[in-house]
Amino acid sequence: MTERIPILQIGEFLLVTIQGDMHDQLALTLQDELTSKIVKHGSRGSLLDISALDMVDSFIARMIANISAMSRLLDAETVVVGMQPAVAITLVELGLTLSGVHTALNAERGMALLRSKLGGAAKDGYQK
Amino acid sequence: MSKKQNYAVQILKNAKTEILKDWFAELGARGVPDARGSEIEWQNQAGEFLRILGDSADSLEDIQSSGAAPVRDFLESLSRTRATQGYSSEQTAMFIFSLKKPIFTRLRKEFPSDLHRLSEETWAASDLLDRLGMFTVMTFQKSREEIIRRQEAEMLELSTPVVKLWQGVIALPLIGTLDSARTQIVMESLLQAIVETGSELAIIDITGVPTVDTLVAQHLIKTVTAIRLMGAECIITGIRPQIAQTVVHLGIDLQGIATKATLADGLLLALNRLGLAVSKPTS
Amino acid sequence: MVIKSSTWELRGEYDIVRARKAVRQTAQELRFGIVDQTKIITAASELARNTVIHGGGGRMEIEVVAEGIRNGLRLCFLDEGPGIADLGLAMTEGWTSGTGLGLGLTGAKRLANEFAIESTFGHGTRVTITRWK
Repeated sequence: MTERIPILQIGEFLLVTIQGDMHDQLALTLQDELTSKIVKHGSRGSLLDISALDMVDSFIARMIANISAMSRLLDAETVVVGMQPAVAITLVELGLTLSGVHTALNAERGMALLRSKLGGAAKDGYQK
Repeated sequence: MSKKQNYAVQILKNAKTEILKDWFAELGARGVPDARGSEIEWQNQAGEFLRILGDSADSLEDIQSSGAAPVRDFLESLSRTRATQGYSSEQTAMFIFSLKKPIFTRLRKEFPSDLHRLSEETWAASDLLDRLGMFTVMTFQKSREEIIRRQEAEMLELSTPVVKLWQGVIALPLIGTLDSARTQIVMESLLQAIVETGSELAIIDITGVPTVDTLVAQHLIKTVTAIRLMGAECIITGIRPQIAQTVVHLGIDLQGIATKATLADGLLLALNRLGLAVSKPTS
Repeated sequence: MVIKSSTWELRGEYDIVRARKAVRQTAQELRFGIVDQTKIITAASELARNTVIHGGGGRMEIEVVAEGIRNGLRLCFLDEGPGIADLGLAMTEGWTSGTGLGLGLTGAKRLANEFAIESTFGHGTRVTITRWK
């Protein structure tokens, strides 16, 4: 059973790749570690790669929503990428629409989305 | 009780060759065509069946018991083969039922004067063959249903082709009625195509869908929601005036899904979303 | 009619993961399509978590069932926990409630073909879901 989820720094973004079966504690640990790293590195965004997740239940959905909300409070955007079709269909059936969470088809598009969101913030006058 | 079962099975063991001959004759008399297989093939199959019955003799009280597994396996494989070969369920069950006459004939020979014993053994044999026959019919129907389901799925796949209109734009022209089962398959293939082609925009064209009621609308909305969850967008095209009226009358809320009357308009919208425009080359 | 069955302890969160794996294995053996597999595994995850967190621990029984011509997968979640006082309330769409109990049940119900729940306050809960092929 995986004990740690690797969080990679890619430029001003963080990349989190979630592998296979995640137990509840691991999800909570991820929330903590990710928010810490955002603060530590001053990251403006993170990519949550869930392409290896073949199941997303309400607990994991809540984790994703939490990560997104917490990150936003830390002035960072989150984009979830790689959702499997079967997972999307099941979430819809469960009525969990993950509103407020950005999604993209893959990491490449996810990065582009993050950059476009940050491009907007730069216009506010806050430069890094 | 098992002692009674064993008797008919004993006969099958001891008088195997004769039984096979009579059995084959009986099948012929009932008009079960065996031109589809050779006589040798049939003899092997029937002989195999009698052998398996003999080996499982103690477990035939309950066909579902683990001891009767070889019998079940044999009958399942028989039904499946016959179903694929195009036999009817009647003809397939006849394989079992026509075994009755040869057995009853033998029983009469064994108990010429003990009528009580004769009727007991006849009942036991008949009951056993009835149960085996019913099991055969059941598994036959199951095989047939599986074949039909497979054919349906293949047809459904053929009738839901996903077309790539442009780099990043795929379209799904829907034709025919949208029921629950169909929508599932349609949804899955569209979502799968989105992942495989990496297309951010999916156009669902419903020109060929005769009616859109609340249920169909729900299915469409679910599909669009799933597409959004994955990080792509969806445009619904082919909205005929009647459909527009129905949607409004039924109070269906399409929740901000972009809709266009024609597929062409949908493509233009998709291209715009991708930051592209169509222009005439200046000559 | 039950063709095969297995029991899985549900005491801690690792058990929830094990339960998911077991359900996936059985669903694959039954050759459920990928979407159906995902639905029943997700439902199992919800109910397993309920059992561990709200039921004080219990077990899950996986059964391969046959009804006439069709085959199916039946999951039964049992615990000897506090039970649910108001089933009607628990089954409403109250997923923003702090306990999170509501969503687990209504969610699982939506993902299954058949859903049944028995619960007596103070005597535990039993939830059964079935997905047919």
